[in-house]
Amino acid sequence: MIKVKNLTKKYGELKAVDNVSFEVKTGEVLGFLGPNGAGKTTTMRVITCYMPSTSGTVEIDGQNIIDHSLDIRKKIGYLPENAPLYPDMNVVDYLYFILGLREVSKTLYQKRLKEIIEICGLGSVTHKDIGELSKGFRQRVGLAQAMIHQPEILILDEPTLGLDPNQIVEIRNLIKDLGKEKTVILSTHILPEVEATCDRVLIINEGKIVADGTPEQLQSGFEGKERIYLEIKSQEDVSNKLKNLPEVEQVEVISSDDDQIKKLNIECKKGVDLREKIFNFSVENKWIILEMKREVKRLEDIFRLLTQSN
Amino acid sequence: MAQNIWTICKKEFKSYFNSPAAYIILTLFLLLCGWFFFSDFFIVNQANLRGLFGIAPFIFMFFAPAITMRLIAEEKRAGTIEVLVTLPIKDSEIILGKFLAAFFLLSIAVLLTVFYPLTLSGSGNFDFGSIFGGYLGLILTGCCFLSVGLFSSSLTQNQIVAFILGFVIIFTLMLLDKVLFFFPGILGSVFQYLSVSYHSSNLARGVIDSRDLIYYFSIVFFFLLLAVKAMESRRWR
Repeated sequence: MIKVKNLTKKYGELKAVDNVSFEVKTGEVLGFLGPNGAGKTTTMRVITCYMPSTSGTVEIDGQNIIDHSLDIRKKIGYLPENAPLYPDMNVVDYLYFILGLREVSKTLYQKRLKEIIEICGLGSVTHKDIGELSKGFRQRVGLAQAMIHQPEILILDEPTLGLDPNQIVEIRNLIKDLGKEKTVILSTHILPEVEATCDRVLIINEGKIVADGTPEQLQSGFEGKERIYLEIKSQEDVSNKLKNLPEVEQVEVISSDDDQIKKLNIECKKGVDLREKIFNFSVENKWIILEMKREVKRLEDIFRLLTQSN
Repeated sequence: MAQNIWTICKKEFKSYFNSPAAYIILTLFLLLCGWFFFSDFFIVNQANLRGLFGIAPFIFMFFAPAITMRLIAEEKRAGTIEVLVTLPIKDSEIILGKFLAAFFLLSIAVLLTVFYPLTLSGSGNFDFGSIFGGYLGLILTGCCFLSVGLFSSSLTQNQIVAFILGFVIIFTLMLLDKVLFFFPGILGSVFQYLSVSYHSSNLARGVIDSRDLIYYFSIVFFFLLLAVKAMESRRWR
């Protein structure tokens, strides 16, 4: 379990992380979300013992990271931002190098190496120099480096950066699988990634936590109103008639062209599902419904709402 | 502990030979030493290596910081330091491993010069005792410069800055006993003791004196300690 308490990190006068507190349970996948420069990387660097905090404490399994730095680093696998690697080493040599510095018994080297090459899909590049690899492969070598000793805690700074859509799906599935037994903290600014992989989301802005919860909680917590998108074919003045329906609060006409197709946004109170009523109402009026869709407020909107206002 | 140092040392040593760096350094060093050795060998007409041992510290002045400048500065520039220091190893293990790798490269360079006296051993009576002392001094002087170079590499992420800084410190250490007449009395003898060239000239003559050995070991220890502290400064609040 990771416990972060009142963490503050200053670079000179600039507060990169400002009094942040949170906990991560074992077996939880936590997503750090935030715009560039929000303090995601800094927080991770403190947790991985790369740099100390200005104030505040981090405890992992009850051990303070400053007093038990070496023990804690053994438990952590860390992929820094942009996956820094040695360009003049080849993939296998690099992984052997990392194995040598992790406390892995020599008899397990071959097995671990084989597994990780399989998991990260590095089979085709094992004897190439890292400098010759594409960004996607480098990112995978970085991931292999972080996971090769089967750590209890994985800290991944933008793990899917530079990967192609297929690889992104693979890596996400991998993280999800790992997250069943292991604690994972990952940072990203790709929102679907959070929805796809994380049990819990922390949205950070300007060094402060602005939201904390499961993706579903965040979504429901911020939905102000239900919204229905409607496409209707009719010659009548659809929008005015719809406005007269009891529960409709607002009707917004997106477009209405000459061939009678009208596109509308209908808003009503949260928790009310108007679709049935609209359908029946349309049937009564002999309007033809071409499309009707209930729009769910996405994490993306919440993210913008929380991080753009300041 | 020793395992980690060895792993880092192996990796660094290999990476010298993965790039042209090691080959250039070895070739240039041998060429320079060869030239200084043979240029007056037959004129002086004495079977000894005084010329070589006298000039080698000056060659090291350039070579040692060139060997070490990459070691930490490049890790900082590329960001790989972030992976390295978050592994469960101590900063001192990183510094020692890297120092050892540089030491091995330098030792290879020095040992390759053994062929000069060997090929000429038939032409005169070499005093192998004094040659051994000279080589010991050469390697110790090299270590001393390497530790300075490693320290300056740990201060910056720019290799050129690391090289120049290392060179300046080494240059100062070499020059200290050349400016003694400005500092009379006790200060003068302190400066003389601190100067590398004072101690290396003793060894170059083949005199192995424990005072000189202690001097070398303490300089190496001091600068490696500084390098470790420079690495640890990251963790200062």
